[in-house]
Amino acid sequence: MAELTPWQHLPVAGAVRPDTAIRPVTGGWRTGERPEADLPACVNCLLCWLYCPDSAILVESEAFNGFDLDACKGCAICAEVCPVGAIAMVAE
Amino acid sequence: MSDLRLLTGGEAVAHAMRQIDPDVVPVYPITPQTPIIQTFAKLVADGRAQTEIVNVESEHSAMSAAIGAALAGARTMTATSSQGLALMAEVVYIAASMRAPIVMALGNRALSGPINIHCDHSDSMLIRDSGVIQLFAENAQEAYDLTVIAPRLAEHPDVLLPVLVCQDGFTITHSAEPVELLPDSVVRDFIGDYRIPYSVLDVREPTTQGPFAMPDYYYEFRRQQAAASEASAAVFAELGCEFAQLAGRAYGEVEEYRLEGASTAILALGSTAGTVKDVVDELREDGEPVGLLRITSFRPFPAAAVAAALENVASVVVLDRADSPGGTPPLGAEVAAALYGSGCRLSGAVYGLGGRDLHPADIRAVFAGAAPAHIGLRGEACRV
Repeated sequence: MAELTPWQHLPVAGAVRPDTAIRPVTGGWRTGERPEADLPACVNCLLCWLYCPDSAILVESEAFNGFDLDACKGCAICAEVCPVGAIAMVAE
Repeated sequence: MSDLRLLTGGEAVAHAMRQIDPDVVPVYPITPQTPIIQTFAKLVADGRAQTEIVNVESEHSAMSAAIGAALAGARTMTATSSQGLALMAEVVYIAASMRAPIVMALGNRALSGPINIHCDHSDSMLIRDSGVIQLFAENAQEAYDLTVIAPRLAEHPDVLLPVLVCQDGFTITHSAEPVELLPDSVVRDFIGDYRIPYSVLDVREPTTQGPFAMPDYYYEFRRQQAAASEASAAVFAELGCEFAQLAGRAYGEVEEYRLEGASTAILALGSTAGTVKDVVDELREDGEPVGLLRITSFRPFPAAAVAAALENVASVVVLDRADSPGGTPPLGAEVAAALYGSGCRLSGAVYGLGGRDLHPADIRAVFAGAAPAHIGLRGEACRV
């Protein structure tokens, strides 16, 4: 549990500034399956990044770079939208 | 050089708005506020202010748009009355909690029902606990002056709260009086640039505003808001002095009128104070030790100043232009709390609901201790 802040030290009206929010690990909600990438097959279209409802697609220098499994819920939308079949759902 | 004009309170506030030149004014018309926005809209149409007027579909939308504009980084004003303020009320609370420094002009008017367009203070009192600062003008000049002071008060870093500048509907909004306008440049220099701590549209430091607060933080944000209201008293006192240097007219949280040596005093808000002053002058000529304490700042309520001003007064009568069915009327309740334990004899009366006039004879009866609990109401027996 994070330490609670007295009112005198809170930002005015509770404005939330960048990078100050708690980042809970919600990947624990995932049940059963996680995505797995076939990197040589990936064409870097980034449709998975566009569609992922949990911002769990990692991108580096505009290239697909795997999954943030701390955020991924295993919904399989990425596997569904991948045009080259480079994402498969596998058992945990 | 003095710029003295014959203006109604509504027109005077519209000229204050022209000089303030807010970036955004979302507004919906309602009697008796309409002359404010009507006059201001014409000034904007004539190119004398650069304001973006947003013609919204309701007061709820007006206040919602005002919050968005104010937090985006735009100096924002609006105006309303009665049912308009009632419809705004939900969003007024949110404006105060989001610490949006919106200046609101209010033409005080009775709340329905029965439906009525004339003055009482029930609309102001509806949002008494919203966290909004409430200043009451006695006449058109004060409505102008307080509107000029209001942006500085609202936007002060220790405050950041909406400020409601109240003027009695019709009695002030529609009555023409000589009003001295300050030069445009003086007003511009006095109010300065608009600055808020977190502007929603500042892409260098983007923020999320109005977040959900659970039981672990809601209370803290309410306390922060209450502290801002408390801090505003000192800021208003400073601004009142600074404004006096510019205009020669001083403002404070209360106005003491001939209280020296007074044994009986009336407390009142708004235009009624002007009538009471005339009666006080007449009675003083006859040797009666009477006086007036006018409350300019109803929120925050100046309890310490009220207690100090009435320290040597034996009998105090609070005149409330709003009732609280089943309870103590709002001004009376505040004064009773402020004077608790002082030993002063306190009584109160309701008057003027729905625009009923309060005559000098009524005020003389109050000073003589012969006024009923509901002044001017037919069928009401006088108290002993």
